[in-house]
Amino acid sequence: MTTSDYDSVRPPDPPGRGRRQGKRRRRGRADGGDGSREMAMVPEPEFTSYYGRPVVKPAPWGHEIAAYLFLGGVAGGSAVLGAGAQLTGRDALRRNSRLAAIVSVSVGAVFLVKDLGRPERFLNMLRVIKLTSPMSVGSWILSAFSAGAGLAAAAEVDRMTGERLPLGPLRRVLRALEGPAGLEAAAFGPALAVYSAVLLADTATPTWNEARDELPFVFVSSASLAAAGLAMITTPVAEAAPARTIAVAGVIGDLVATRVMRRRMDPLTAETLHEGGPGTLLRLSEALVVAGGIGTLLGGRHRAGAAAAGLALVAASALTRFGVFEAGIHSAKDPRYTIEPQKRRLAARRAAGTTDDSITTAG
Amino acid sequence: MPQLSGPTDPAADARWPDLKPRKGFFTDTSICIGCKACEVACKEWNHNPRDGDLELLGSSYDNTGALGASTWRHVAFIEQKHDRIEEARETGRTLIDLGMPSMGAPGASTPGTETPIPDTADFRWLISSDVCKHCTHAGCLDVCPTGALFRSEFGTVVVQADVCNGCGTCVAGCPFGVIERRRDGTAAPKTERGERKGEQPEVPNLGVAQKCTLCYDRLLDDQTPACAQTCPTTSIKFGDRADMVTLAKERVAQLHAQGRTEARLYGANDRDGVGGTGSVFLLLDEPEVYGLPPDPRVSTADLPRMYKRAGLAAAGMAAVALLSFLGRR
Repeated sequence: MTTSDYDSVRPPDPPGRGRRQGKRRRRGRADGGDGSREMAMVPEPEFTSYYGRPVVKPAPWGHEIAAYLFLGGVAGGSAVLGAGAQLTGRDALRRNSRLAAIVSVSVGAVFLVKDLGRPERFLNMLRVIKLTSPMSVGSWILSAFSAGAGLAAAAEVDRMTGERLPLGPLRRVLRALEGPAGLEAAAFGPALAVYSAVLLADTATPTWNEARDELPFVFVSSASLAAAGLAMITTPVAEAAPARTIAVAGVIGDLVATRVMRRRMDPLTAETLHEGGPGTLLRLSEALVVAGGIGTLLGGRHRAGAAAAGLALVAASALTRFGVFEAGIHSAKDPRYTIEPQKRRLAARRAAGTTDDSITTAG
Repeated sequence: MPQLSGPTDPAADARWPDLKPRKGFFTDTSICIGCKACEVACKEWNHNPRDGDLELLGSSYDNTGALGASTWRHVAFIEQKHDRIEEARETGRTLIDLGMPSMGAPGASTPGTETPIPDTADFRWLISSDVCKHCTHAGCLDVCPTGALFRSEFGTVVVQADVCNGCGTCVAGCPFGVIERRRDGTAAPKTERGERKGEQPEVPNLGVAQKCTLCYDRLLDDQTPACAQTCPTTSIKFGDRADMVTLAKERVAQLHAQGRTEARLYGANDRDGVGGTGSVFLLLDEPEVYGLPPDPRVSTADLPRMYKRAGLAAAGMAAVALLSFLGRR
C-alpha cells in the first residue's frame, strides 16, 4: 500500500467490494480503512492470525441441515413412542406417532439430499459402510429406520382410508409385517436421534468438537421432548400419558446436559453458545423447554394445555438444533475459536511435561 | 476400523498390496521468494478454474486469500517489524529449550553449502506456500461417507470427483481448512464498464469436494508434482516423505547454527495430533501467523469415545421410553 500527500483527499473506497472483507479485526481500530492512513497489516499481538481469516472451513451446509437435525430427532422419538403404543394397545398414539415418524424422516431426507453439492448422487451414500464416518453410519441408520417406519405408516394409511390402497394380496403381508416393522423402526429410533450429534462432534469445527462428550445427551433429550410434544399435540390426553412422562424426562435431560456441556467446554468456545444469534436461539429454546415442561406437568391432562405445552417443546427442540448448528458455523468462521483454545491446550500439555506431541518442533 | 491416531504408515494401514514409499513435500519458507509460480503451475496442470472475482485483498502481496476448492497452493505474505521478529526468535528459542528432539551439533552443517538468508533486522516478509498436508490420519478421509476420498499407494489423500456427492462433511472434518466444495466461483456478472469479467471456461467438478492430490496423475508416471517442478528456488521440495523429514531437520539445524532460532518445523512429528503430515514445512514464526492451526487434532481420534457416549445416550432414551410405558400400563 502506498502513501502520499494526496491520500487524505482521496474519496473513500465504495463499501462491499472486498471479496473476503468480513470482520477483519474484532478488537481492531476502525480507522485506516478509508486509505487516509496506513492500515495495520497484522492484527494486534494479543491474538495473532493470518489477516483474521478462518483457519478451519465451516461446513458448507444450509439451514436444511439444521432442520434435518430437528426432524431426524422427531422421527426417531416418534418411532419409539409408536412402538410403545403398539405394545400397550394405544391405537391413536400408535397411529399418530407412526405418521409423525414417516413424515418427519421423509421431509428430513429430502432436505439432506437437497443440501448435497450433487443431489443426483445421493445414493452414493450407500456405496460403502464406513465406521469412521458418522455420516456413512447415519445414512445406513436412516435407511434402516425409513424402511420400518415406511411399512408401519403404510399400514396406518391403509387402515385410515378404509383399505383403499391398491394392495391386493399384499395387504395380508403388510398386516403381518407392520408390527415387526414398527419395532424395527423403534430399534433404530434412538440411533437416528443421536448419530447427528456424533456427526457434528467428529469435525474440526470448534464448538461442535468441544461439545463432543455431551452433545449426544443434548440431542436425545431434545429428540425425546420434541417427539413427545408432537404426540401431546396430536393425541388425546387419555392415551398420551407416556408421552407426558417422556416429555418431562426430556426436559430435565435437556437442561442438565446443556448446562454440563457449556461448563465443560473451553470458556472461549462456549462463548459461541451464549453470544449473538445462536445465543438468542438457545436462550429462547431454554425458556420454551422450561415452559413446556411446566405446562406438561400442570396442564398436560387438558387437551388445550397439552397442545400448548407440546407446541412449546417442539419449537424448543427446533431452536436448540438451529442454535447449536449456527454456533458451530460461527465458531469455524472466526479464527479465534480455533487458535486460542488450541494454544491453551498445547501450553497446558507442555506445562504438564508432555513435550513430544506438538506439530511444531525445533528439529 | 483402521488406526485412528498415532504414528503409522498410512498406505500400509489402508492395506495397499503394492506399497510405494510415502511421498511428501518439504516447503522451506526461508527461501521462498513469493513468485507464486507454484500457484500458477498447480492451476494449469490441474485445470482449476478461477477462484471468485479478481480482487485486491489488502493483505500484502497475497490476493489469493486462502486454500480452497480451486486453489491448491496458496502463497501467504506476512509483513513484520522488529518486535515481531524478536518475538518469533524468542518463541523458537523456547521450543529448542523444551528438550525437543535435539537440533544436532552446531558445527554439523558444512560451510559453503548453506543458503544464507538476508539479515532483516528491522523488517521482514514471511512468505510461505501452503498446501494440503496429506495427514497420516486425515480428518477429511475418515469422515467421507461415500469413499470418494481415498488413501493412495503413495500415502497421499485424493478425491475421486466422479464419486463425491458433495455432502461437505470433509470440509468440516479438515483441521487445516484445506478441502472445500467447489462452487460456481463467480459472482453475478458485473455491469459496470471495465469490470465485466472475461469469458471463463466451464467450471469442472462443480459441487464436489476438491483439494490438492499431490499430483496423483503425475506420481503414477514418476513425475514431480507441478508446484515442486516449477519452484525456482527449490523452496518446495518433493520426494520420499522420510527423506523430506531428514532434509527439513538438517535445514532447521543449519538455520539454528546461524543463530536463526525462529526457524522451526511444522508437521515433522509423527506423535502430533494428526500422526505427522505428508507436507512438512519450515516456518519462521508461530504457525497461526501463517494461518496454520497451532495444535491440530484429527477429530476421528476421539470417535470411539464419541460412539460410546452416543450409545449411552441412545440407551438412556430407550430406557426412559420403556419406563414411561411400563409405569402407565
